[in-house]
Amino acid sequence: MSTTEVAEPGVAAPPPSRRVSGFLHRHPQLQLAGLLSAPMLWLVVAYLGALAAMFITALWTTDPFTNDVVPVLNWDNFRQLVTDPAYPRVALRSVVVAGLVTLTCAVIALPMGFFMAQVVRPRWRGWLVVAVLTPLWASYLVKVYAWRVILQSDGVLDSVLGPLGLSSPGFGLSAIVIVLTYLWLPYMILPVYAGFERMPGSYVEASADLGARPMRTFRSVMLPMVFPALVAGSIFTFSLSLGDYITAQIVGGRTQLIGNVVYTNIVLNRPFAAAVATVPVAVMVLYLIAVRRTGALDNL
Amino acid sequence: MRALRTAKVAAALAAFVLVGAACGDDGGGTSAGGKFIPPDLPAMGTLGPGEGEVNLVAWAGYVEDGSNDPAVDWVSDFEQETGCQVNVQIGNTSDEMVQLIKSGQYDAVSASGDASLRLIAAGDVEPINTSLIPNYKDVFDGLKDKPWNTVNGKNYGVPHGRGANLLMWRTDQVTPAPDSWGVVFDPNSPYKGKVTAYDSPIYIADAAVYLMATKPDLGITDPYALDDTQFNAALDLLRQQKALVGEYWSDYLKEVQAFKSGDSVVGTTWQVIANVAQGEGTKVEVTLPKEGATGWSDTWMVATKAKNKNCAYMWLNHIISPKANAAVAEYFGEAPSNKLACDETADPNHCAVFHAEDEEYFSRVHYWTTPIEQCLDGRTDVKCKNYAEWTQAWTSLRNA
Repeated sequence: MSTTEVAEPGVAAPPPSRRVSGFLHRHPQLQLAGLLSAPMLWLVVAYLGALAAMFITALWTTDPFTNDVVPVLNWDNFRQLVTDPAYPRVALRSVVVAGLVTLTCAVIALPMGFFMAQVVRPRWRGWLVVAVLTPLWASYLVKVYAWRVILQSDGVLDSVLGPLGLSSPGFGLSAIVIVLTYLWLPYMILPVYAGFERMPGSYVEASADLGARPMRTFRSVMLPMVFPALVAGSIFTFSLSLGDYITAQIVGGRTQLIGNVVYTNIVLNRPFAAAVATVPVAVMVLYLIAVRRTGALDNL
Repeated sequence: MRALRTAKVAAALAAFVLVGAACGDDGGGTSAGGKFIPPDLPAMGTLGPGEGEVNLVAWAGYVEDGSNDPAVDWVSDFEQETGCQVNVQIGNTSDEMVQLIKSGQYDAVSASGDASLRLIAAGDVEPINTSLIPNYKDVFDGLKDKPWNTVNGKNYGVPHGRGANLLMWRTDQVTPAPDSWGVVFDPNSPYKGKVTAYDSPIYIADAAVYLMATKPDLGITDPYALDDTQFNAALDLLRQQKALVGEYWSDYLKEVQAFKSGDSVVGTTWQVIANVAQGEGTKVEVTLPKEGATGWSDTWMVATKAKNKNCAYMWLNHIISPKANAAVAEYFGEAPSNKLACDETADPNHCAVFHAEDEEYFSRVHYWTTPIEQCLDGRTDVKCKNYAEWTQAWTSLRNA
């Protein structure tokens, strides 16, 4: 800051910080711009910019020998995605896995959330939330490798189920669904818990007083109340599962998901990897549109 | 109003697209026409004083300064002697290494054959002046002037060491001891569901090696030079193998663990993995099957854009010096490149175990090389499959 202005005799000039705040006070629009420009810039550059760069890269090709990206626009990458049956198949497999994980998470989270919000004494609720969140404190890789040890032949699961005549599913599709369900469950339980917490307990009692059986109460009173929360949770579990490739790599056995296809191509053939990566983006956009249509997002 | 807003968003997006397009062009790339001609780059003339640091891209276990294991250190004395502080970035795959070198932030790289040619062709590495590297004269002749380190008579690096991708099996579950890759490819293999294979497109070459022995009428002479028919035959074999495979491995920890638990009992491996597994008490043995095998022969190369070339040359000289070369070869489990290193190994039999001087052994090993359109075996009447096609075929295969 220049000192010459302040040195004017007689007038006590306000300190620079005051002048800035005064200026901003007189120009509320500038104030708003200053406040929002950083997050907006982040949103536009990091999110939309990255997406745009990805779509454009998907239209480029690579030099087959040096693997340098050649910025010549064409549709070859997308044509290959459609013509080679392997790619639709892996896309479908990934969507099915994401769907199964979401469904399993919902089935577990509903009773869990209800118990936490409505049944247990209020002073225990905090502890239960902590318990649900604890797995998030451990590293992702540690958890997945732990599951590898659990699922392997003669592993923990085998020795527990052995006496019952059952065995571990081994590495493969079911292992992926189990591990992803474990990983993303907290992201489903938390919103469902919050949803149940907002539901007045008297609704359930009223339903019972009016003669509804528990199943009917669940279907007609509780489910509509927590449906928006369930949808919010499903956005997390579905998108996180759709993008995952490390779990598939570690416990997937022979199975690959769409993330693995992106991963194998990303260094050698970035344009093709970008083309593959547009598939989960498209699936998520469709999913979000479908969610919006249910109106669940309005009630969040 | 709404239309205006849409127009603004579109304009913003377009601006980013343009920026992206401007940044995306890496330049380079000279595989044009028949034979490949690397860019004409000069080698260094004289060695100057060190710059004070050197930035390396290397395989895990190639540059150890004692931070992983205090007893494993061949970097600290180099730093003291030359004053070049060594910084290392581990590359997990050849593809990753290529990408790192292209960033221009590194001085030297330990490139396998499936990376080196790509780097040379793109002008990412430059020819070296071997007279500035005194230890070069002691390198085994069998490693000098090879297609993966020398192009048109120009040397592009110093050989680091070599090894073979071996067949490993659990001795308590696989009997009799296998001596052929048939045990992992034969549809009637008794180890169905417990076979493991390397999860990389370069594994197609392993199938080609097996076909060289079992289907000679395909006429494969080089597993990295496959025309349409040969390539499809290899893929058919791999498709058939898929029914046998329990899991594919790329992470070495995963393979150690799978053999330990018995989820995998037979499959391709590296010597160092077998050593670790044996160290953990798993009953495994390895062999070089009678059909031969794929393998690696690595080369230290100097990046064209290197900022610390003098230190890079000093490092090249150091890593092939008898002591350091012996230490790294023993730690990683491969054959050293320097003849004199055999006298420096802690285990006096190391060079014998790893066949360092056994050219007959290595004549059965087909070192990783980048498959390119111009057939590496010299055929000019057909087009061979390039590595991009290998990659896509591998992805299709894994998801078929």
